Amino acid sequence: MARAVWSVADSIVSPLGATSEENYHAIRQGISGVKSVTNTSWNDKPFMASAMDTLVPTDERTRFEEISIKAVEAALKKFTLPADKTIFILSTTKGNIDQLDHENPNHPRIHLHEVAEYLGGIFGFKRNIVVSNACISGVLALIIAKRFLENGQYDHAVILGADVLSRFVVSGFQSLQAISPAHCKPFDANRTGINLGEAAGVMVLSADPASLGITPVIRLLGSGVSNDANHISGPSRTGEELASAISHALQASQLTPADIDFVSAHGTATIYNDEMEAKAFNYAGLSTIPLNSLKGYYGHTLGAAGVIETVITMYGLLRNELIPTRGFDTFGVPKEINVCSAFQSKPLRRILKTASGFGGCNAALVVEKVNQ
Amino acid sequence: MFISATSKIRKQAIYHQGTLAFENTSVSLDDFLTGAYDYLSPEYPKFYKMDRLAKLGFLATEVLLRDASIKQYAPEAVSLVLSNAHASLDTDVRYHEAAKTSSSPALFVYTLPNIVSGEICIRHKIKGENTFFVSPSFDAGLLEAYVNQVMQQPSVQACIAGWIDVMDSHHDVFLYLIEKEKRGIALPHTAEELTKLYR
Repeated sequence: MARAVWSVADSIVSPLGATSEENYHAIRQGISGVKSVTNTSWNDKPFMASAMDTLVPTDERTRFEEISIKAVEAALKKFTLPADKTIFILSTTKGNIDQLDHENPNHPRIHLHEVAEYLGGIFGFKRNIVVSNACISGVLALIIAKRFLENGQYDHAVILGADVLSRFVVSGFQSLQAISPAHCKPFDANRTGINLGEAAGVMVLSADPASLGITPVIRLLGSGVSNDANHISGPSRTGEELASAISHALQASQLTPADIDFVSAHGTATIYNDEMEAKAFNYAGLSTIPLNSLKGYYGHTLGAAGVIETVITMYGLLRNELIPTRGFDTFGVPKEINVCSAFQSKPLRRILKTASGFGGCNAALVVEKVNQ
Repeated sequence: MFISATSKIRKQAIYHQGTLAFENTSVSLDDFLTGAYDYLSPEYPKFYKMDRLAKLGFLATEVLLRDASIKQYAPEAVSLVLSNAHASLDTDVRYHEAAKTSSSPALFVYTLPNIVSGEICIRHKIKGENTFFVSPSFDAGLLEAYVNQVMQQPSVQACIAGWIDVMDSHHDVFLYLIEKEKRGIALPHTAEELTKLYR
């Protein structure tokens, strides 16, 4: 019998704050981290992004390492984890790739496994792994951690999702003509693409919360992962594959679509991604369930997105609050879905988090609030 | 569950179940990859657009599935668990150099390690789960543990797993097919066996 896996601590470091509470509070006020950014090391002209103005490298550490360490420190304030029973999982797409921008390709931690070992070492973790699976990395890292805890290989897991802005990433998304010149508008008829963002988020999961002195409330249920087998940089035409990941997650949780109270979608605000998601939620029987995208607050934070968006949605679940989709105004996807456009209070028990990414990958995870 | 087949690409030589299938050590890595494609003649022109990581994964999977069909399985019943040391750095460096004059969207889409997974899924119509790990070296323990968990999902019948690494001319590929049914070379899926097969 698989052991129950609980969320026992978390953190978010972003332009909206240095803790999960600060971030949730800012989002509840409708504040966005996205603004016009003038930084010629990232882009010759000003562009819209959610950037950490106060995040600077030190002699010792890169910006990626600084934000990552702050996030792990914030999540581990209340307890110490036993090193031999803990797995540290880094979810990132590009890690220290800004070192290429600085013509420093031989930086000692240019490789993702090197930066994971460095960060893990600072906190005394003995076992660390890196998940780098495009924009589903964060949700996938939670799923991987859950599996390792369920079968007893480890008792605790620290999942760090992080990515920072760089000329590398900004120029790449610009070359794909994917970056919106204005605030992004997920699921809106007038959406014009993504905003990029930088953030780090941590979730600490445990199959033995009592040993940490914690009575947990949030439990991770079933998950699903799939591939479109269609195109490496464009989403599925039908959404069937994301729907299949969602159906797997529901089946594994022994739930039906009606048992889900809220969906935290990926919602990047590109034309095709949002279309695909709308189709997928219809296929999966979730067309009437309220859903949001948090990209209007954070931009797309790549390897951090799945972690920070799960944390914010979890805070909403605990407080029985639905966070609206910032930027959404006029319904604009081909299939009917219930886009949450205004703050609401409502009893909540279970949420679904989804993500989709380049390479055609999709992931879905159900999270439940347990009444103690 | 059992390992039914393996493939390897090392020092510009391709091996199927440990036996040499194709070799050309006298040319560049890029020419070797094109030569191997011509030798296998899969008639898949998209190959020419791929980066080296995707080309290596594509070729190794063609060889892996030579006698071991996965066509009997539903697309959702086949999974992928891949890993390497350099992520997509080989292409990252190329993209970075090219971007000094003009950013190439065709290169940028390959600056993620899991794009090779996407290419393999498209080629073989695989719609199951996929995961990409980045480790300092081939991690038999991680693969054994995680692939077992993937295979334990009731919906999963088979999984392609292993290591696809490239940086400049360095390349190292080891893939295996694992199935719930006993087929092919039918070896046990243990870290010891994987270490032996990878060697």
